[in-house]
Amino acid sequence: MSTASPAIPTHPARRRLVRGLLLTVMFLYIFILLVAPFAGILLTAIKNGSAVVSETFSRPDVRHAYWLTFVITIVTMVITTIFGLITAYVLARHRFFGRRLMNALVELPLAVSPVTVGLMAVLLFGRGGWFEPFFASRGIQVIFALPSMILVTIFICIPFVIREVGPVLEELGTNEEEAARTLGASPLQTFFRVTLPNVRWGLLYGAALGTARALGEIGAVLIVSGAIQGQTETATLYIFRAFEERQDASGNVVALSLAAVSILLLVGIEFFKHRRSKEARS
Amino acid sequence: MSTQAVADRALGPPRARRRGLPLGRWGLRGLAMVYLGCAIVLPLAAVLAKGFEGGLVHLKAALASPGAIDAIKLTLITAATAAIVNAVFGTLIAYALVRYRFPGRQLLSAIVDVPFAIPTLVTGVMLVALYGPASPVGGFLKDHGFQVAFAPLGILIALLFVTLPFVIRTVQPVLTELDIAEEEAAYSLGAGGWTTFRKVVLPALRPAIAAGTLLAFARAIGEFGAVVIIAGNITGKTLTAPVFIFQLASQFRPEDAAAVASILFILSFVIVLITDRLINRRGTKV
Repeated sequence: MSTASPAIPTHPARRRLVRGLLLTVMFLYIFILLVAPFAGILLTAIKNGSAVVSETFSRPDVRHAYWLTFVITIVTMVITTIFGLITAYVLARHRFFGRRLMNALVELPLAVSPVTVGLMAVLLFGRGGWFEPFFASRGIQVIFALPSMILVTIFICIPFVIREVGPVLEELGTNEEEAARTLGASPLQTFFRVTLPNVRWGLLYGAALGTARALGEIGAVLIVSGAIQGQTETATLYIFRAFEERQDASGNVVALSLAAVSILLLVGIEFFKHRRSKEARS
Repeated sequence: MSTQAVADRALGPPRARRRGLPLGRWGLRGLAMVYLGCAIVLPLAAVLAKGFEGGLVHLKAALASPGAIDAIKLTLITAATAAIVNAVFGTLIAYALVRYRFPGRQLLSAIVDVPFAIPTLVTGVMLVALYGPASPVGGFLKDHGFQVAFAPLGILIALLFVTLPFVIRTVQPVLTELDIAEEEAAYSLGAGGWTTFRKVVLPALRPAIAAGTLLAFARAIGEFGAVVIIAGNITGKTLTAPVFIFQLASQFRPEDAAAVASILFILSFVIVLITDRLINRRGTKV
């Protein structure tokens, strides 16, 4: 019935026009804003030739930077995934005083500038910091070293798993879990056999988003690491230094390699998101 | 009543659950609290405590530094502009992605998530490659009066890139759930496309658009990686507040940096809290 509206014959044509116009504006905006910069960096990389690529990848400081980024990302993701899962479970399943406050706290890292996050670590562990005497007397170097770099990355990545798993848990309800418990499963069995399989796509989605963020973190790491070449320099910090030292070519190569990795991650992100919403519908 | 509830009433809760859970429950709850407490509350307390140590001394010292006020102003203006522009285009893109079927829709929906995946510093590098002085595009734009790299316009473009997904991601689910029949009804009653959108679609989307815009604004205020390379960080001209905080911190003035950071933080946390309210209100209404 809705298709037959002979009273206003101009409408379908006008709607088609509007549709074409909106789609054009959308394509242009996304192309200029998101796609064109990729073309920019690709063209620059091609112009510089392959010699720069092999020269960059053979540098020991570049290799170390990749390794450091890898270590920080893995440690961060293991910790934020495990604790994020526990926190999401507690927030979704328990009712207690302070729950709303905890819910707000989870969102907080999203509101804090990475630079501020780095500053926090300096204020806690740096010279004159609250915990400096404790670690200094035990000879543990936190600031300008790996521990603080991991800590700030954890702070930044906390929300991702919790925010994606939480809503899935809420939607699932407790019926299946209670059924398992009635049938004699232990809490741990229930969690690993019932709860975890149910939230796996949300979990992977959140973890993939967090990985992308951890991989590319710069502001916080820049402040706490001291960016010591070959020691506390991550891949992003290397790019930063390359641009400060006007070695744009090798900086571009590393940037392009990170972009390639994040595009792979994006494929994962889209797949997990798709699976999660499909499961939520069924 | 569900069969589960019937079974519960008939059999009573299983004993294992009664005995085993309280300890596990408190253990889990404690673990979650310690995690968030150590990882979030403690560092935050440090920044606020150091920043406001001795009242407003550090804040005054920080604001007295050359370019401080300009940096905060520049950050607020560019962040607000980026958030508003993306509110308009984000709503438009979300509408097109949900309501229209066209080849490449899935791909486009994935491309919209690119800013979530790409390292922010790489965004900055890409923008310099495209708009920088060495690139033909940058040269062309500069000749026609639009300097992008090392100018406020470059900061704006970086923030637009980084914040594009926020409004789209909050509006999309609401629009998907919105009954298309209402729009069809408005059309068949003779309403034009614009009237239909304004009177039928927009009211339903308003909380989601506001939430996405505020999130984008909060994110843009704190953005560092995408901005630091393209901005050029000229004091008083293209120095943003996060880069200013970074400079203070690397000049070994962490307390002054903490004062500025506290202000930015309080501002964006209030924004996130409001956003949370908006999203929750939507959640209860649907």
